[in-house]
Amino acid sequence: MKKLVLFIPLILFLGMGIFLYQGLFLNPQELDSALEGKPIPTFKLEKLENADKIITNEDLTGHVSVLNVWATWCPACKYEHPYMMTLARQNIMPIYGINYRDDRDAAIRELKREGNPYTKNIYDVDGRLGLDLGVYGAPETFIVDHNGIIRFRYAGPVDHQIWSEILYPKVKQLQDEEKKEGVS
Amino acid sequence: MRLLGIILSICLSFVVATQVAATPVDTYQFKSDTNQKRALELAHGLRCPQCQNQNLIDSSSPVARDLRLEVYSMVDEGKSDDEIINFMTSRYGEFVLYKPKLESKTYILWLGPFALLALGLFIGLVFVRKQRNGASVEAELSADDQKQLDELLKRSKE
Repeated sequence: MKKLVLFIPLILFLGMGIFLYQGLFLNPQELDSALEGKPIPTFKLEKLENADKIITNEDLTGHVSVLNVWATWCPACKYEHPYMMTLARQNIMPIYGINYRDDRDAAIRELKREGNPYTKNIYDVDGRLGLDLGVYGAPETFIVDHNGIIRFRYAGPVDHQIWSEILYPKVKQLQDEEKKEGVS
Repeated sequence: MRLLGIILSICLSFVVATQVAATPVDTYQFKSDTNQKRALELAHGLRCPQCQNQNLIDSSSPVARDLRLEVYSMVDEGKSDDEIINFMTSRYGEFVLYKPKLESKTYILWLGPFALLALGLFIGLVFVRKQRNGASVEAELSADDQKQLDELLKRSKE
C-alpha cells in the first residue's frame, strides 16, 4: 500500500504529460466561430457592381449558400479564386461574396479579369459586416443553411481538398435537411 | 525589514511599468479621461484574434485596430463593460478574453491552482509532522559502538 502511494506522483506526471502532449498538435489558428448556430447578422450594404442597389441579410436566406469573404489586397484570396470559379461552374449552391475593406474599382476590375464566381457581391467597405461576422482575416468561408443560420466557418483559402473533405459534406448535409423540411 | 523593503520596491516597479506601457498609438479623442482609462483597460484585457499573443492595444493588425476603435467608441457611447465584452465574445468567441469568465467550464482553471496549493500545504504538513515525531527517537550509540568509534577516530588521527 505504502509503495503504491509513492507511485502517485509518477501517475499524475504521466497523465499531465499525455494531456499536454496532445496540446502540441492543436492548431491555435483554428478558432471555432462564435457565430455558428446564429443567424447572419443584419446588414444593409451596397452591391459591389452597383452602388444604387442594396443587399440585405434577407436576400441571402431561403437556400443553403456559401459566404466568401474576399479582397483584392489578399494574396490567399487570389490563390483561392480559381477554385471558387470551379465551384461556381458546378452550380451546387449560390456563392455570395463579401468584398471586405476593398476598393470598389479594383475589385470590379479583378473580377472582370479573373472571372466572377459570385452570385451576388456585397461591398463591405468599412468592414462592418466582417466585424459582425467575427472575420479576422480574409479569406473566410461561411456555410449558411436555408433558414439563414450560419452553420460553419472556415478560415483560410479553400482548395479542392478542403472543399471535398470539410466543406462539401456539410453543404450536402444541409441541403438534405432543407429537402426534408420542404417535403414535410 | 530589509526584505519587506525589497518586496515593496519590486511591487512598485511593476505598478510604474504597467502605467508606462499604456500608451496607444491611435489618435482617438475620448470624451473624458475616465472614459479613456476604462477603454484602455478593456482593450488591454482583450486578445487580438489574428496575432493571438497580443492584446488589442499591442497589436498592429488591421483587425485589432478596428476592434480597438470599436471598444473606444462604445465606451464613449456610455456602454457598460459587460455590454462591450458581450459584443466581442458574441463575434469572436470566449477566446478573446484574457481573463476567462467564471463558469462551470472554467472552474478548473480558476479554482485548480487553489486546490493544488491546498493539496501541497496538506502534504507538506503531513511530512513536517512525521519528521517532528521521528526526530525525538534519536538513535543512541551503545557502549560497544562508542568504543569502536573512538578507536576509529584515534586511528585516523595517527
